[in-house]
Amino acid sequence: MEILIAIVIAVLTGTGLYLILRSRTFPVVMGLTLLTYAVNLFLFTMGRIQYNSPPVVNASDTYTDPLPQALVLTAIVIGFAMTAFVVVLALRARADLGNDHVDGKDSVDDVKEANR
Amino acid sequence: MSHLVITPILLPALTAILLVFLARSSLKITRGISLISALALLYFSFSLVQQSAGGVIEVYSLSNWEIPFGIILVADRLSSLMVLLNAMLVVAAVIYCFRGNDERADNLQALIQFLVMGVNGAFLTGDLFNLFVFFEVMLIASYALLLHGGGKDRAKAGLHYVLLNLVGSSLFILGVGIVYGLVGTLNMAHLAERMTSLPPENTAILSAAALILLMVFGLKSAMLPLYFWLPKAYSSVSAPVAVLFAIMTKVGIYSIVRVHGMIFLPSAVGETVLQWLWPIAIATMAAGAIGVLGARKFRIQIAYTIIVSVGTMLGAIAIHNEASMQALFYYMLHSTWITALLFLLADVIATQRGSMQDSIVRGPQMKRYRSVGIVFVIALIALIGMPPLSGFFGKVLLLSSVDGGAAQVWYWSAILLASLATLIATVRTGSTFFWRVNEPKNSAPAIPKSAWLSLVMLIGLMLSLVVLAEPILQYMKGLGEQLMDTQLYYNAVFGFEVVPS
Repeated sequence: MEILIAIVIAVLTGTGLYLILRSRTFPVVMGLTLLTYAVNLFLFTMGRIQYNSPPVVNASDTYTDPLPQALVLTAIVIGFAMTAFVVVLALRARADLGNDHVDGKDSVDDVKEANR
Repeated sequence: MSHLVITPILLPALTAILLVFLARSSLKITRGISLISALALLYFSFSLVQQSAGGVIEVYSLSNWEIPFGIILVADRLSSLMVLLNAMLVVAAVIYCFRGNDERADNLQALIQFLVMGVNGAFLTGDLFNLFVFFEVMLIASYALLLHGGGKDRAKAGLHYVLLNLVGSSLFILGVGIVYGLVGTLNMAHLAERMTSLPPENTAILSAAALILLMVFGLKSAMLPLYFWLPKAYSSVSAPVAVLFAIMTKVGIYSIVRVHGMIFLPSAVGETVLQWLWPIAIATMAAGAIGVLGARKFRIQIAYTIIVSVGTMLGAIAIHNEASMQALFYYMLHSTWITALLFLLADVIATQRGSMQDSIVRGPQMKRYRSVGIVFVIALIALIGMPPLSGFFGKVLLLSSVDGGAAQVWYWSAILLASLATLIATVRTGSTFFWRVNEPKNSAPAIPKSAWLSLVMLIGLMLSLVVLAEPILQYMKGLGEQLMDTQLYYNAVFGFEVVPS
């Protein structure tokens, strides 16, 4: 289980990082979302992985650490709000700048313009 | 348990909510409420500072949880000082808005209050995860403030700023996660205590966590490889927002002092952090100085002087003794106010020069060149660090706090050379603005009273730094002592008893 979760986090982080380094806003936003997932999973596992145990102390013999779950919940909510904001911002930038390049200028189009 | 500690967070939060509901009412009402709230905040943060000046570390346990299970707020000398500094800036920014940066139903005043809430929360919290939450509150308000007014430049700068900070937030959670996984607590006092008795096999991973967090705070405070967003972002925002943003880099510096200075530096991972901090500080100063020399617009130039000051402050953190902490926060007060003053001045100059804006080229003579020129000269003297203004004392204190050795050589040369570069560049800017001029334009608007009020207020604050240097330095001395003796902080937090129900 530990290895599986570690692999999942690694793949999510790797894909997220790759997408964040792309030049269009949409892949970048997708990358940010994936990175947030990876980080949330990571934070969750920091309470150690326990099977069949409630996050309540003294309710049964074993219990899982409730704090990371509370932290992850907070992080998910914040991450969701931030993603919503960045999507709107990307749309706004697309409208204001005329293209969806993160630097606001479309290098391919600029080259075409110069060659014309 | 007095509720004074939470007031600087609750007051702006409630004001902001009220302002959102009143967004469609007349400007007089929204401005009035915002100003009254800012003045009340100033009063409360002043009482907080007075309380901390006696050496009291006030702890506030939210929902009356027992320590260390709930979230706590802690007002020691450092936190109270930062809250007061923020409150002063807010008053200046809100007053400067009166010249017409805010419009009906654009929520500028509400956003300002939300930002204030986030910044104050970050300063007061005693919990690492809660610091993350307040960072996010502060950031989402700052995203909206950055975009306020619209336009291509802002959309572009805003996109970079938001994307970078979202990556930063993810890294923050990563760092916090590692720390929690290995140390088992997020309460800063508890962390500081547990870090001193670490099993040696955890040192390597915790060093990684410390450096990840350094990266996050470094992104906020704009240290060397992470500052490239700053000049564009700060130079494209409207003037009152730039005033408020002057505190944002200081939030990063504060977090490094609080988290790294208190938790990581006294422990086994401190060595690794210091190894990175020194070169970064020197290189940041160098990069900032080059930027100041190369800037073609006054606002960009000011943005690069922020980077120079960030490098200077990082150096003081790396020295890490009582004298350097005293000097650091004296210099921070000066640096925040001078940045705010310069951004307001740049806005005044830009409107006076018509289409030339703040480009450092020959342009029409300003109508009010005498009064603007006097403010400009005062600001430059303070910025460069010439006597008799506060920049001089700040830099002297910083320079004299180094113990000697290689660090002294590097730090002295970096600060002095960066000041020289700033001197050359800003004098060139001034002579271009005031002496290389064409015929004055008649259409240039007069400078509104509210702008003068903010400018004079900020100059007054800098003068007070000199006039009241004795009590301020006394306060900073206590601040340095509190920061160096983490046991004081720990005792205050764990000596706290919840209110019996």
